[in-house]
Amino acid sequence: MNYFPDEVLEHVFDFITSHKDRNSVSLVCKSWYKIERYSRQRVFIGNCYSISPERLIARFPGLKSLTLKGKPHFADFNLVPHDWGGFVYPWIEALAKSRIGLEELRLKRMVVSDESLELLSKSFVNFKSLVLVSCEGFTTDGLAAIAANCRFLRELDLQENEVDDHRGHWLSCFPESCTSLISLNFACLRGEVNLGALERLVSRSPNLKSLRLNRAVPLDTLQKLLMRAPQLVDLGIGSYVHDPFSEAYNKLKIAIQRCKSIRSLSGFLEVAPHCMSAIYPICGNLTFLNLSYAPGLHGNKLMKLIQHCRKLQRLWILDCIGDKGLGVVALTCKELQELRVFPSDPFEAGNAAVTEEGLVLVSAGCPKLNSLLYFCQQMTNAALITVAKNCPNFIRFRLCILDPIKPDPVTNQPLDEGFGAIVQSCKGLKRLSLSGLLTDQVFLYIGMYAEQLEMLSIAFAADSDKGMLYVLNGCKKLRKLEIRDCPFGDAALLEDVGKYETMRSLWMSSCEVTLGGCKAVAEKMPSLNVEIIDESEQMEFNLDDKQKVDKMYLYRTLVGHRKDAPEYVWIL
Amino acid sequence: MGKEGLGLEITELRLGLPGANSDSGHRCDVMIDKNEKKRAFSEISEDDVEEGNRKKTTIKNQVVGWPPVCSYRKKNSFSDKDGSAKASKMYVKVSMDGAPFLRKIDLGMHEGYSHLAKALEKLFGEALRNAESCEFVPIYEDKDGDWMLVGDVPWEMFTESCKRLRIMKTADAKGFGVLRSKEALN
Repeated sequence: MNYFPDEVLEHVFDFITSHKDRNSVSLVCKSWYKIERYSRQRVFIGNCYSISPERLIARFPGLKSLTLKGKPHFADFNLVPHDWGGFVYPWIEALAKSRIGLEELRLKRMVVSDESLELLSKSFVNFKSLVLVSCEGFTTDGLAAIAANCRFLRELDLQENEVDDHRGHWLSCFPESCTSLISLNFACLRGEVNLGALERLVSRSPNLKSLRLNRAVPLDTLQKLLMRAPQLVDLGIGSYVHDPFSEAYNKLKIAIQRCKSIRSLSGFLEVAPHCMSAIYPICGNLTFLNLSYAPGLHGNKLMKLIQHCRKLQRLWILDCIGDKGLGVVALTCKELQELRVFPSDPFEAGNAAVTEEGLVLVSAGCPKLNSLLYFCQQMTNAALITVAKNCPNFIRFRLCILDPIKPDPVTNQPLDEGFGAIVQSCKGLKRLSLSGLLTDQVFLYIGMYAEQLEMLSIAFAADSDKGMLYVLNGCKKLRKLEIRDCPFGDAALLEDVGKYETMRSLWMSSCEVTLGGCKAVAEKMPSLNVEIIDESEQMEFNLDDKQKVDKMYLYRTLVGHRKDAPEYVWIL
Repeated sequence: MGKEGLGLEITELRLGLPGANSDSGHRCDVMIDKNEKKRAFSEISEDDVEEGNRKKTTIKNQVVGWPPVCSYRKKNSFSDKDGSAKASKMYVKVSMDGAPFLRKIDLGMHEGYSHLAKALEKLFGEALRNAESCEFVPIYEDKDGDWMLVGDVPWEMFTESCKRLRIMKTADAKGFGVLRSKEALN
């Protein structure tokens, strides 16, 4: 029933870029489905086990950009064994065999072997962009293959990966003919790089906008690089250690001043705090500042730096900034939208330097605040209620009290009311992480008010199944639920198994669910994979349904049980 | 490398939380490699949580995965007591009683105790095989100069305070005055 020729519809669809919207478009009718699928270039797959590469290729022959996520979020915190899964090789292999002209691959929490990187580099002539976030399994040899073979590479962005650094000359593998780089981020590599090769590469990359160096790049090389690339927009400094009275430092000051386009600054993996004044000239233009890997920067030097950053929209910092430092942020950074405060010393929580006071100050001074990740020593209900009033626009609110069951220290009450105020006030809240002493009550509030909530992380909370039930019944848009160490059992798990088909995944570890309960879910819902992760070999010897399950991960899928699960993962 | 018959049973020493019992009711478990049941240090456990005490006691220092900071960040952004940036390399000397020379091992390259155990076996495999049926125990010298038994504290705390490692003959341990961070086992 088309009133327009296909080409017109296709042209209209070109303007629809969000994945959600394109997915909706494809559901309208058969003809729209067909036009949409042939014109789709970018695909996002939030769980690599929900679909197979073959079906992806069959549906979207025009695919150019693929984003894949592998392990569940709690894998970041060592709750998922290393070889659980999330291998990218089968995807690259299938794409390589097909006629897909892949140009961009973005992976998160996946296992990436050197073999897969090599195959990737040789299989797609127009490959332009590789982004790896929190991945593992590869070495600098794999990077060398990418550098050597991807003739039109524009972007190589490595974020927080565990890379085995063979200290080979991967950087030198970029051929002289490679002049197309726009973005190069190797901050997470630990080894030496060939500094001469780096300088030459930057010199012949006139489009380079983003450069993030690792710790092995010293200050004098930084100066040379900046002289060659004054057009940079995003800079990650590796080592920033030098004598402030040296000639090299003076040269650096001049080089930095030429970089008038820098809007984003990160790194300082090694830092001499007395050298920070060289940075001041560019601070006024910064919109993103990430000092969360710079524990050497704190106290007055840090505060002075922040005072120059009046246009900051995103700030990632360590808790050594202290409540006082957050006060400076509140006074200076009126455009602030996102704040992340990471712990600098998580195992000696007594020294954690931020409390509810810092958060309240920022909420009062920065009305545009909409995204928070806050590791702190303590939190009070009163503070949370104030924050909720000051900042009703939170989209992401993640609070982590270092002692996970700590009550409000002033009243000794659970933090139910405080978080309740947050969900009630922030009507657009999409992501929430809870901590502190919490009863079923907070979940009642979440179920009642958090209508837009998509992701919820719970640890050491609740008194009974009711907590989980409030959430499952109330949060209609819930996509990801991850729970650890809560007293939720089979009754909660089995109340509405159909709900899980509307979600991407559910993680439950150290809860009260039993093998029998998990089996029941699997039986009722063939469209879910219900995985039991059990490394202790208990499962082999004791298949009693009443046995409690230590780790359960269930997710919806169109392709049934995966074939690559290790021995200790049972798919029911 | 066959591990059977190395004679390195440390069966009495369960390197988890002292007081944690060894039967299978314990949920946070020992990683026993199926193929290598008689590995040295076979009872080194990653998980420290005692089941019954989950919510009652202070959890912060003893629970896997808390605070929820990703391992990359843990290895790269925490300061030591001087406030200066932590070196990404944590090389410590490892000596073994009876072996003629010391080795060095980078604690930063290992995920936890079981990885460390595997690495130590690789380094000292030869010497371990040649040591006639001796029992060994791994100890470390901490920042205060005390000799501690490996495995009591969470892995990250261990890597921050360990200055050197020693693989000591259990027979020698009796007179040595090795400290435990909580009550002694057994």
